[in-house]
Amino acid sequence: MQKFDVIIIGAGPAGLAAAIYTARAALSTLVIDESSAGGQVKTTGQVANYPGFVEPIVGHELAGNMRKQAEKYNTNFKLAADITALYLSDQEKWVEIDDEDKYTTEFVIIATGSSPRLLNIPGEKDYKGSGVSYCATCDAEFYKDKDIFVIGGGNSAMEESLLLLQFVKSITVIHQFDKLQAEKITADKVTANPKVNILWSHEPRAFYKEENKMVVEAENLKTNKRVRLERDGIFIFVGLVPNSTFLKNVPIQLTEYGYIITGPQMETNIRGVYATGDIRDKRHKQITIAVGDGTIAALEVIKHKLNELS
Amino acid sequence: MLQTNLEHIESEEQLKELIENNEKVAVCCGRMGPMCIPVYDIFEVLQEKYSDIQFQDMDFDIPDAAIIKGLPECRKFWGLPYTIYYRNGKVVKATSSIQSAKEVKSIIDDVFA
Repeated sequence: MQKFDVIIIGAGPAGLAAAIYTARAALSTLVIDESSAGGQVKTTGQVANYPGFVEPIVGHELAGNMRKQAEKYNTNFKLAADITALYLSDQEKWVEIDDEDKYTTEFVIIATGSSPRLLNIPGEKDYKGSGVSYCATCDAEFYKDKDIFVIGGGNSAMEESLLLLQFVKSITVIHQFDKLQAEKITADKVTANPKVNILWSHEPRAFYKEENKMVVEAENLKTNKRVRLERDGIFIFVGLVPNSTFLKNVPIQLTEYGYIITGPQMETNIRGVYATGDIRDKRHKQITIAVGDGTIAALEVIKHKLNELS
Repeated sequence: MLQTNLEHIESEEQLKELIENNEKVAVCCGRMGPMCIPVYDIFEVLQEKYSDIQFQDMDFDIPDAAIIKGLPECRKFWGLPYTIYYRNGKVVKATSSIQSAKEVKSIIDDVFA
């Protein structure tokens, strides 16, 4: 079993910021991620509000720079790695990845972030990429002059709808509430477009494909009646979920929504375990905040290591 | 123009040569968009783990990408990227849209075992 001074789970901005600090402080640092480095930033087109860049920087470039900076100070990476076992207690901490390699440490920083929410209804996975999409930028042109559904009424749903409107013939928004949750300025632009109509207070229950059409079976949440509607495609934008399912056997305090509860120094209820970035229960989720969280957690770890030595 | 650390396939001939001369080949054909970048990144990581597999990418918008777009396996694809797995020169699996590292590894373990 290999030992590191600190193990960071998650290689987004929070995890990479923490790694830059701990590795620069000469602590042996391992970063584990089930995917590649960069988190959600790498899939963000342009980042215009990250200090230090006068012109917007492409998300994957910013993420790549953060990783290179962490590597420069000898951070170790295990990417595309599945956590197959995890033990976190006040006294002992270890992580097993891919059923083979086991690593132990005194300090763990959890920075696994959040991911786009899936509806998890029949047909969703079956038709991903062939009728069901999660990205207007990527797939809008496949639906040129087509009729589509947009599922969701929040900011991302409305912003993506504005992009889709440049391509499609019509959009039917299916939304679970009777008003849109998006910022008014964006929502108004969408609703003012004659190509848009909205099915209020409905939730999709299943997707089917009939010949070349996608069928949505949606339930009216007020009457419980179901309707069947068909269009050419379905775009889903229903928010984010915390990537915390890997913690299900760990005695860490989570909110009812699965976010980790921390104190002001990013500490969790388990001694030596910190949580940073979008996995942490907090109001605002921004790259700058994630980087700040990662920095605080790293400085706490460094402080404890120095205390051990003195 | 793809900005990845993978080898780029720039022509039909290059792809044909690649799959003729290598038993196991995975090609991610896409753009620099949010659904494609994670798959390129996963390929970059996996090419270190699976040295017997050629992981490469191809720009979806170059004319020669027609060789991927025209595959029967991609006929019903409406989501980027198109990811194609070849074994002994034949398509053994094709996926549309984003895939997680776990999904890609599962496909690799299945079709390249």
